[in-house]
Amino acid sequence: MKALRKFLDKKKPLFQKGGKFAKLQSSFEAFETFLYVPNITSHSGTHIKDAIDLKRTMSVVVLALIPALLFGIYNTGYQHFLSLGQTAEFMDICIYGLIEILPIIVVSYVVGLGIEFAFAQMRGHQVNEGFLVSGMLIPLIMPVGAPLWMVAVSTAFAVVIGKEVFGGTGMNIWNPALVARAFFFFAYPSKMSGDIVWIADKADSFSGATPLAHAASLVDATGETATSIYTQHLSDVWNQFVGLIPGSIGETSTIAILIGAVILIASGIGSWKIMASVFVGGYTMGAIFNLVGANAYMELIPAWQHLIMGGFAFGAVFMATDPVSAAQTARGKIIYGFLIGFLAVLIRVMNAGFPEAMMLAILLMNTFAPLIDHYVIQGNVKRRLKRVKVNA
Amino acid sequence: MSEVKKIKKGLDIKLIGKAEKVLEKADRSETFAIKPTDFPGLTPKLKVKVDTEVKAGSALFFDKYRPEINFTSPVSGKVVAVNRGERRKILEVIIQSDNELQYEEFKKANPTDLSRDEVKEELLKSGLWAFLRQRPYDVIANPADAPKAIYISAFDSAPLAADFDYLVEGEAEAFQMGLDALTKLTDGKVHLNIDAQKTQSKVFTEAKNVVINKFAGVHPAGNVGVQIHKLDPINKGDVVWVIRPQEILFIGRLFQNGTYDVSRKVALTGSEVKNPAYYSTILGGSVRNILKAQLKDDDKIRVISGNVLTGTQIPEDGFLGFYDSQITVIPEGDEYEFLGWALPGLKKFSMSKTFFSWLTPNKEYRLDANLHGEHRAFVMTGEYDKVLPMDVLPLQLIKSIMVEDIDQMEQLGIYEVAPEDLALCEFVCTSKINVQDLVRQGIDLMVKEMS
Repeated sequence: MKALRKFLDKKKPLFQKGGKFAKLQSSFEAFETFLYVPNITSHSGTHIKDAIDLKRTMSVVVLALIPALLFGIYNTGYQHFLSLGQTAEFMDICIYGLIEILPIIVVSYVVGLGIEFAFAQMRGHQVNEGFLVSGMLIPLIMPVGAPLWMVAVSTAFAVVIGKEVFGGTGMNIWNPALVARAFFFFAYPSKMSGDIVWIADKADSFSGATPLAHAASLVDATGETATSIYTQHLSDVWNQFVGLIPGSIGETSTIAILIGAVILIASGIGSWKIMASVFVGGYTMGAIFNLVGANAYMELIPAWQHLIMGGFAFGAVFMATDPVSAAQTARGKIIYGFLIGFLAVLIRVMNAGFPEAMMLAILLMNTFAPLIDHYVIQGNVKRRLKRVKVNA
Repeated sequence: MSEVKKIKKGLDIKLIGKAEKVLEKADRSETFAIKPTDFPGLTPKLKVKVDTEVKAGSALFFDKYRPEINFTSPVSGKVVAVNRGERRKILEVIIQSDNELQYEEFKKANPTDLSRDEVKEELLKSGLWAFLRQRPYDVIANPADAPKAIYISAFDSAPLAADFDYLVEGEAEAFQMGLDALTKLTDGKVHLNIDAQKTQSKVFTEAKNVVINKFAGVHPAGNVGVQIHKLDPINKGDVVWVIRPQEILFIGRLFQNGTYDVSRKVALTGSEVKNPAYYSTILGGSVRNILKAQLKDDDKIRVISGNVLTGTQIPEDGFLGFYDSQITVIPEGDEYEFLGWALPGLKKFSMSKTFFSWLTPNKEYRLDANLHGEHRAFVMTGEYDKVLPMDVLPLQLIKSIMVEDIDQMEQLGIYEVAPEDLALCEFVCTSKINVQDLVRQGIDLMVKEMS
C-alpha cells in the first residue's frame, strides 16, 4: 500500500494548481480520497472529530440496500421462469437475474457519476458522495424491462435537473432517484405501467400485473368479480411480504427492505421517526378507507396490506428518509412522514391512473418539507417570545 | 435542596489519559504570557513596553473601549516581548519572571463590608474582572451592567476535564470569600451548579449565600450555558454573568491577602502524556517545563491549552490560556488512511453506530486531530439535536448565521448559546462544518449590530 501512496504523492502535483492536469483536480481528489482518508487535521474548533464522514454514511446506506438488491436479482429470475412455467435451479435463477439487472446498475452509475464528475470539474468543487446512494436507488425502482437508454436518460435528467441545477448534493429539493423515476414514468409511461414490463421476457399468456394493478381494478368491480379478483391475485399476502411478486426490481420484498431499515436505524443514519410515521400514515388512511368502504378496493384491502404492496415500504425506508429532501426538524419529520403515508394510500385508492402513488406522495411532500419546517421553527420562535412575556 | 436536573442529550467522549489526583512537581516556568486572543472581541491597548518592570498585578494592557478593564501581569519581572501578528494585532505579551513574586498591593478587606462599587473597583484594578464573563455573547462582562444573576458551574463534563473538587481542595475560605464578593455584584442570586453524584467537595456543597443546583447527565451538562438554559433561559435584554471556581479562588485571595495571586492547578491529560496528573503553576505560565519529561513522543503531537473540544492549539513551549485549567496532548494524525472510510473501525469513535466500536461502549480512545473526511455541504439532519440539550434548533441557528440574518438569529436563540455549547455539534458533524467558528461569527455580528 505504501507504493500506492507514493505513486499518488508523486502524481498529485500534476493535478494541482499550475500542474499539467490541473483541470482534472476534482477527479483526482475523488479517487485519492476514495483510496485514502485524507491527512487533513482540524485547525479551529474541536480538535477531535467523529470518525464518520459522508463516504461512511453513504456506504452504510448502500449496504442497507444490498438485501433488497439481492432479493431483486433472485426475484427477477424467479418471475421469469415462473412466467414460462419452468422450474429452474437456484443458481440459474440468480444468474438470470444478475444478467438482467447488472446492466441497469452499471448504466445508472456510469451516467450519474459521469455527470457528477463533470459538474464538479466545471465548478472546481469536490465530487460529492451523494450519488453513491442515488446510483443504487435508481435501478432498484426501475421495472426490470426498462430499456437501458431510457434508464440513462432518466438518470441524466435526475442528476442535472434534480440536483446539479440547485447546486449539487445537499441543495436539492427533491429526492434525485425519485426525480429519475418520475421522469421515466411521465416520459415513457408504456414502459413503467401495464403488465409487461415487470417481468423479464415473460411468456405472453402469463399475467404480469402487479398486486397494485389488480387492486386498482377492484375500484370498478363489484360483488363476486371483486371477491374473485381478491382471492385470485391479492389474498397471498405472504408472497407479497416475502416479495415473490412482480414489481420494480428492489421494491417487492418487504422482508429485505426491513433488514435495510434495521441497518439504517441501528447505525443511526436513517430517521426512524420518518419511517415509523410513514407506516402509521399509510395505515391510518387505509383504516379510514376500510371504514368508509365505498368500493371494493376500500372494502377488501385491509389497511395493513397497503404497507406491503408496491413501493410503499421501499419508499418509506429508503426514499422518504433522504435527509436532504426530507423535513429537517424532529417534529417536522413526523408530520412529513405521516403525510407521505397518508397521501400515498389516498392516491392509490382514489386515482386509478396512479396505482403506484408512493413516488408522487414523496415528491409532493419533498416540496412541502420546507413549509412544514417553517412552522416547526416558528413554534420554537414563539416559545422563546412567550418566555419573555411570562417573565415581563 | 433542589431537584436534580437531568441532561439526557449529549455525548461523553471517553479518551485515554485522565489526570490522576496527584500534584506532580515541575520546574517553575520562567516566562509567562497574557494573550489578548483569549478574549473574543477585545481590542487591547498596551500600558507597558518591552523592558518595563512589572509586579504581579501590574496592568499590561487594557480594553480600548472600556479602559477600566485591566489585564495584569501574573508574576513579577520584566516584559521581554510583545508579539504581534497580521496588521500588528497583539498576540502575546511575554513576561520574564524574576522568581521573587512581588505583588502589587490591593485593598485587604472582607467583601461583605464593601459596597458594590468598591468590590467592582478592586476587581477592575487588579485585573480579575476579566474572569467575569457575560451571557449573551460569551465575552468579558460589562462593568456598567447589573446582571440578573451569576452562574458558576462547579464541574466540567468535557473530555478529560480537570476535577474541580480537586482544584479547589483546601481553599474553602478563599472560595467563600470570592463568593461573597460575587454576591455583591448582582441584585439577583448567585447560582452554584454541582454534579449530583460527582461533586463531593464541601467547598462546593457547603458554600453559603448561594443557590446550589444539582445536575446530572452527559456532557455538556457541565457547561454553564446549558445549566442557565435549564434554570432560567436568557431572553433578549437579559444579562447574566458566569465565572469558574478556580477564578473565584483568585478573587477570594485578593480580598484575603490584598494580592493578585493567580497560582492554580492544571491537569495534564491526554493519550500522549506518560503520567497524566495535576501540576501547580501560575496563570499564563509556559507549559514547557510541565511537558518536558512527560511526552511519549515529540513528533506528531498536538498540545492543546484546554480540552479537545474547545481548547486552543499551542506550541510545546507555548503558554497556558487565560481561562484554561487543563492541558491536553493528543496525536496530530496528519496521516493518510488506506480505505479508512470502509474499515470496521474498532479504534474509531463515533456517535453513530456505523463503526463497530459501538460494541465496546466503555472503551477509552486515543483520538487524533484528523478530520476523518473532507468538508461537505450539509446533508445529514438531526445529528446536532442529539447533542444539544437546549430548546434551540442548532442546524437552523447555524444556517441563519451563515446567511447573516440577524432577526432570525435572535429568534432562534443566539443569546442563549456560546460556541462551547455547540462544540459537540461540531464534533459529530458528518459534513465537518466549523460550528464553533460560525457561532462566534454570529455573536460578533450581533455585538456589532446591537451596539
